Amino acid sequence: MDGLISEPLTPVAQKAPGHWLIGTVTSIKQETPRVKTFRIELPMWMPHLPGQHYDVRLTAPDGYRAQRSYSIASSPIDEGEIELTIDRLEDGEVSPYFHNVLVEGDQVEVRGPFASYFVWRGEKPVLLVGGGSGVVPLMAILRHRRRTMPDLLMRLVYSVRNAEDVIYSDELGDDAVLTFTREPPEGWSGHRGRIDDGLIAEAGIDDGIAFVCGSNGFVEAASELLLEAGYDPRQIRTERFGPTG
Amino acid sequence: MNGFVSRGFTGRRRTPEELADRLPPGQYAESGWPVLTAGPTPDISTDEWSFRIDGMVGQEREWSWEEFHELPSETIPADIHCVTKWSKLGTNFGGVSMDVLLDEAEPLDAYTMVYSYGGYTTNLAIEDLTDGKAWVVTEHEGELLPREHGGPARLLVPHLYFWKSAKWVQGLRVMDHEEPGFWESNGYHIRGDPWKEERYWTD
Repeated sequence: MDGLISEPLTPVAQKAPGHWLIGTVTSIKQETPRVKTFRIELPMWMPHLPGQHYDVRLTAPDGYRAQRSYSIASSPIDEGEIELTIDRLEDGEVSPYFHNVLVEGDQVEVRGPFASYFVWRGEKPVLLVGGGSGVVPLMAILRHRRRTMPDLLMRLVYSVRNAEDVIYSDELGDDAVLTFTREPPEGWSGHRGRIDDGLIAEAGIDDGIAFVCGSNGFVEAASELLLEAGYDPRQIRTERFGPTG
Repeated sequence: MNGFVSRGFTGRRRTPEELADRLPPGQYAESGWPVLTAGPTPDISTDEWSFRIDGMVGQEREWSWEEFHELPSETIPADIHCVTKWSKLGTNFGGVSMDVLLDEAEPLDAYTMVYSYGGYTTNLAIEDLTDGKAWVVTEHEGELLPREHGGPARLLVPHLYFWKSAKWVQGLRVMDHEEPGFWESNGYHIRGDPWKEERYWTD
């Protein structure tokens, strides 16, 4: 006996993002005909800021690789795991793999969370404006607000094509205003057509911070409306999809 | 992590062999030209546009749109690489070499901060801006550079990730130290060499 008492070391969380990790897909949810949400459990998780993304890397047996970035949909309250909501692009390479090949229990290489511009750090009030699957990072913000600061003023304006294209439809409540640009659900009495000044006014968030995410055309049009509504350009954060197939 | 294989992945979108060596690791070839901007698109008329070089220089310089177009211009064939993973191969810009602009201003130090209309900034070492590696461009494929892609003028630094090629460029400040610009302060690599896959802070 040398008299030393060995105590277990306090575990130290790995704080620097960047290492590739092998995550495990624990659940897959079909959100719409072309959108699924993948819950991925991570061996070394660190809390993200709502709005951040992860990179995903696929490796073929001969070493060929493909990488893409996907926004996190879940709140950082969910420790040890992340949710990625992925739109299937027909001519893509990574999203069809997620949709057609991956099953629960499969492993997938990811790294993150990354980027700290299109993120919500508790500013208020907040207007979220999403087009199509641009709603994904906005949902991370909305979910985090609901679970940590439910009284904070936040509204989502969400533009979708058809009734069947609404992602997270079971979670959209009083804090969300929808508009359908093509086919609304049967009996729909709400907004139709493209997002306009009336819809922005109805959201009722003046003098706040805005997060706008969607295709380039959508983001251009929505930011223009916000500028006309009196938003300072510095209070408008945008994220535009590139092709992320 | 070595040896990990994604079950059932074969790769659908491989780059043709003749282009494969022009594609940095983790990138894929894209035929379109996606737009990625952090905020609304600024609207700068050529009447109000100018390009300025200041800071640690022998001679501060500023060129109006007309003065800029009196400088020797060239066509620049380039492969561009966006950190979001797409690359656009074999695309052509028209503009003025940064060598021409910096020669007139005589930089006295090794670092710069490039700044844009709308408030965007990005840091670049003088070394990455000289010897035929950087341009201020006003044309793409023979047409005026569209506003959404940075028109009237943007920086072009094709050997680094494309966030370094600042849109709506307004000027460049020569500095005696390195300071992170906009994306470099928000998680992206301080230099951004696509061939070394310098995407994020920890790369």
